[in-house]
Amino acid sequence: MTDARIPVVDYLHLEPEPRLSALQCDSCGAQFFGRRNACASCFGAAFTSRELPSDGVVQTYTIVCTAEPGITVPFIAAAVDCGGVLVAGNLVCVEPDPASISTGMRVRLALTSLGVDDRGVEAVGFGFEPVK
Amino acid sequence: MSVDSDAVYVLGIAMTRFGKHPDLDTIDLAAEAISSALGDAAASMRDIGVMAAGNLMGGSVAFGQEIQKHVGQTGIPVYNVANACATGATALRTVIMALKAGEADMGLAVGVEKLAGAGLLVNPAAVADATSWTPSGRLGGVTDVEGLIGTTRNMPGVFAQIGMEYGNRYGGTSFELFARISEKNHAHSTLNPLSAYQKRFTVEEIMNDVMIAYPNTRPMCSANCDGAAAAVIVSGRKLKSLSASQQRRAVKIAASVLTTDPWEAGCQVLPNINTLTRNAARQAYEQAGIGPQDLDLVELHDCFATAELVHYDNLMLCEEGGAVDFFNSGATWRDGVTPVNVSGGLESKGHPVAATGIANVWEVCHHLRGEAGERQIDGARVGLAHVIGLGSACGVHILEKVAA
Repeated sequence: MTDARIPVVDYLHLEPEPRLSALQCDSCGAQFFGRRNACASCFGAAFTSRELPSDGVVQTYTIVCTAEPGITVPFIAAAVDCGGVLVAGNLVCVEPDPASISTGMRVRLALTSLGVDDRGVEAVGFGFEPVK
Repeated sequence: MSVDSDAVYVLGIAMTRFGKHPDLDTIDLAAEAISSALGDAAASMRDIGVMAAGNLMGGSVAFGQEIQKHVGQTGIPVYNVANACATGATALRTVIMALKAGEADMGLAVGVEKLAGAGLLVNPAAVADATSWTPSGRLGGVTDVEGLIGTTRNMPGVFAQIGMEYGNRYGGTSFELFARISEKNHAHSTLNPLSAYQKRFTVEEIMNDVMIAYPNTRPMCSANCDGAAAAVIVSGRKLKSLSASQQRRAVKIAASVLTTDPWEAGCQVLPNINTLTRNAARQAYEQAGIGPQDLDLVELHDCFATAELVHYDNLMLCEEGGAVDFFNSGATWRDGVTPVNVSGGLESKGHPVAATGIANVWEVCHHLRGEAGERQIDGARVGLAHVIGLGSACGVHILEKVAA
C-alpha cells in the first residue's frame, strides 16, 4: 500500500494546498481547462498555467435526477465564478434541494474522494461547498 | 405577385406525423416525407439537382445515397450533413447555398430520425480504467468525469443550467415559470394532428411529473419520437418558369443563416447558446429587411422549457433581459402578439433530431400558405424558424408569404 493521491483532472492540484488552475493564453489572456492546440480567442499557441482563487460564486446550477447508467444521482451540477473564470463542478455538502441552493451563493473549493485503486492510490475529486 | 429571380423559395415541403412508427424504418419515413414534399411541389426526383440529407443517430455513413436507392437514383450530388440538433436546418441551408451559387435550380433537403422510446440521449462515455487511476485525455482525467465535475452530457441538465443562468442575470425565473412555458406548448399541440403528443397538462401536473434535471421535469423536455421532414427548394429564376399554382404556393426564404459560437469567456464551461443565436437572428433580420416585431409566428428550439425562455431574448422578440415579462404578458401564446411554437414545439410535437430543422420550417410555411387548419394563425405573412445544435450550431430561417 502507498498513501499516494492523484487528482481527478490535471487542473486540480493537491499540494501544498488544494487549488485549481487554468491555462492562460500568453497573447490575449483567455483561459481554458485542458490541453489545447491553440487559443480559441486569438489563435496564439503559448499558454501559462495560472492558479485560480478557491472562493467563488454560483452562477447557475441544476439538480440532475435522471442520468445515464453508471452515473450516481442526484447530483448538483453548477458553474461557479472563481475570480472571473467560470468553473464547472458539483456542489457538495449541501442537500440536493432547490430550497438549499441559490444562484449568487458563495462557495469554496472542497475535495472529495473517488476511491482507491489496486495500487492503493486514491483519486481525489473536487466540488464546491457553501461558505457558511 | 412577383417572383424575385435572385431569391430562393420553398416549392414543396412536408413532414410525417411525429410519434411512434414501429413498422417504418428511417428510409420509409424519409421516403414518405420526400414523396409528400415532391407532391406538394408538383415536381419529381428528375427535377432535383442537388440533395442534402441528415440522420444523426442511425449510424449510416452515406444515408442520402441509401434514400436515393428507394426514391430515385439520378446521379446528383448528395451532401450528408451532421450538425447535432441543427442537422435539418443545415441540410436545408446546404441546398439553399447550392442554389444561390447557381449550381442547381432545384434541390431537396431531408432529415429523419427514429428515437421513439430512446430515453435520455447521451454522447458515448469514455472508457474508464477499472484497476488503476491513469490520467488520460485532454483533461488528464483518471476517470469519466460526467457527474463528478458537473455535467456536459446530460442535456436536460445542461439546458437547465442555461435557463437558471438567465434567471441569475435578470431575475424573475422560477420552477413554476418554466413549467408554464411547457404548459403553453403542450396546450398548442392539441391543435396539431402531426404532433407526437396532443395532451394538455396543468401546471401542477407538469411540476409534479418526474424530475429529470431541476427545473426540467419530463413534460418540459423534448419528446423523443420518430419522424421525418423534407423540403423542395427552388431558385427564383426557375420558379418563374413554373405554373401559376406552383408560384402561388411558393414561400420565399427571406433569410437563411447558420452560425457557431464566437469565443467568449466561460463558453467552453457552460455552453453559451445565446450569442450565436443573437448573431444569427441579427443577420437574418438584416437579410430579410424586417425586424422581430414583423413576425407573425416563431418556431424556436424549445428542446427544454428552460431553453425557450432564453431564446425570446436571443431572437430579440423582447427587450434584452425582458424574457420573463414578455412570457408573463401572454405574448407567446397562440393568441398573443408573437405566437411561439404553435405546433407544440419540441416538448410536445416532438424532436426527431435531424428532422426538426425542416419540420419547423414546414410549420411556418403551413401558416403562411393559410393551410394550418384549426391552428392557423390568421393572416400570417412572415415567420421565423430557429434551431440550436449544442456544440454549437444555430440555424435561423425567415419565411415570407409571396402570394397576395
